[in-house]
Amino acid sequence: MSTIDRYSGGSDELSAPEELPDRFQNPGLPPHRPRRGDLDPRADKTSERIVLALFGLSTLGTIGFLVAYFALPTGTDAGGIQRSTMTLGLALAFALLGIGTAAIQWAKSIMNDHERVEERHLMESSPAVREGAIANLEAGAADSGLSRRGLLKSAMIGSLALFPLTIVVPLIGNIGGNWNVSTFKHTMWKKGLRLTTDPSGRPIRAADVTIGSVVHVIPDGLDKAANPMDEKAKAIVLLIRLDPRDLHEADDRKGWSYNGIVAYSKVCTHVGCPVALYEQQTHHLLCPCHQSTFDVANGAKVVFGPAKRPLPQLPITVDSEGYLVAQSDFHEPIGPSFWERLR
Amino acid sequence: MKALAARRHDRRAPVVLLLLALLLVGGLYAALQPAPASAAPQAASANDVTNGEKLFAANCATCHGMGATGTNAAPSLVGVGAAAVDFQVGTGRMPLAMSGPQAQRKPVVFTPEQISQLAAYVASLGPGPAIPTAEQVDASKGDPANGMAIFRTNCAMCHNAVGAGGALSQGKFAPNLWSTSNTHLYEAMLTGPQSMPVFNDANITPQEKRDIIAFIRQQGGTQPGGLSLGSLGPVTEGLWAWVVGIGLLIGAAVWIGAKSS
Repeated sequence: MSTIDRYSGGSDELSAPEELPDRFQNPGLPPHRPRRGDLDPRADKTSERIVLALFGLSTLGTIGFLVAYFALPTGTDAGGIQRSTMTLGLALAFALLGIGTAAIQWAKSIMNDHERVEERHLMESSPAVREGAIANLEAGAADSGLSRRGLLKSAMIGSLALFPLTIVVPLIGNIGGNWNVSTFKHTMWKKGLRLTTDPSGRPIRAADVTIGSVVHVIPDGLDKAANPMDEKAKAIVLLIRLDPRDLHEADDRKGWSYNGIVAYSKVCTHVGCPVALYEQQTHHLLCPCHQSTFDVANGAKVVFGPAKRPLPQLPITVDSEGYLVAQSDFHEPIGPSFWERLR
Repeated sequence: MKALAARRHDRRAPVVLLLLALLLVGGLYAALQPAPASAAPQAASANDVTNGEKLFAANCATCHGMGATGTNAAPSLVGVGAAAVDFQVGTGRMPLAMSGPQAQRKPVVFTPEQISQLAAYVASLGPGPAIPTAEQVDASKGDPANGMAIFRTNCAMCHNAVGAGGALSQGKFAPNLWSTSNTHLYEAMLTGPQSMPVFNDANITPQEKRDIIAFIRQQGGTQPGGLSLGSLGPVTEGLWAWVVGIGLLIGAAVWIGAKSS
């Protein structure tokens, strides 16, 4: 243990007050206490048996794995696959854990437990080597004439500064060629476009939407759009019919609903999850991702959660055949914020 | 044939033909028309309605009022239909044992006969959704693949992708659907109990409802991947990984680092 005493610091004479030594005393290691197995041969024998048992467990695990592999074919039904997977996994766990725990138990209880200290050596090179390296660098710099040949220096700096463009330009270019953010601001909805059920695509008659109903809506003709999934991601709408007595509408939106039927964008204004957990009795609409809650009876204003804006409302009416149609596109960009959203 | 042709020129023939055509159209309509989701069930006799009224007065009227017109404590049941009664009473949700965020599934209080009597009484108060027929809820006739598509759009956000259930706000929750009977699944879609919205036959057609039931009946069984942990996704899986998995690792680390006695 004497090697450790090297670290117990000598007192520094400069500024330390008498009570606080400049370095704490290294307490060193506690005195070595013999284990039971070191004194009692029977305890030593017990430890050996434990290790033996653990290796035995591992062997049993391996045998069990092989038995399960041949005796329990996976078959084609879910139950057979589950039985096989579970048995193989458990047997494998015992096979490997047995080896690992046996090795640790062996090292802890049978091998000697005297602490050893490994010396730490300095990492730096010898002074002579370091001075030589610096001298070499200085000689090279002087030889290149960096300070005298100004044009060369500028050319070198310029080429080094330009090189990263080979990485940056493809990186930005690969984001995509379409930099037209106005596509975020408009959806497929337009005047007279019918609302249809998602995913069946049936047009919806206003008379069929009973109070308390929720219909998941896509625009008519979505499957014929150029990029149907892109259009769907923007145009999905939730159609809800409330008792008109429960519905409180802003004055400028009085004409946007039809007999208590309101349509709101299904894209959360927080980060764009589909908001669709509708509680019929409270008229609250929940977002499953971050629990933003919108009050459908009050213009879908936020009543809880991280969303900052109400869901955009789709103005709707009925056509001559009684089917629900859009009056126009949304009056504001749907979904979460993005650069230049309101510009 | 000649005689037939001769009789066709009888001047009463057009009237007879018209009557026959009307009968044919009416008969075809009656035979082919989809089951109406309203009107009092045909099987309910006046006796059922009377018995149902007695049961209602004894067990339900305290909250729903005499004549089921509703009070401050509970809504009116006029026009909710037999399907709503069969669902609420048949799953034990009603009669309500205590007020809370929502009525929960409990042991059923009434016998099937009493439930049908109650349903007959409530259905007699006003037209509403009827109890679906055995054929309408026959999962073997549904298309589970189409059911999955409909379920994913309309149901999965609350009831979880495989129908394991999920949380709503303020103590309310969407229940697990695996042990709900086919008829009750159908009735819940049709009537929209409590927080659940209504999905009438125009929104999700009877065929699509049966597809959904077929999809649900294939969920919740044996999982080929091992323990399903309730199929609740990241919540139980995370709990398992963080508490059990990391707990075991910490235990192993402590054991490896401890001195042998």
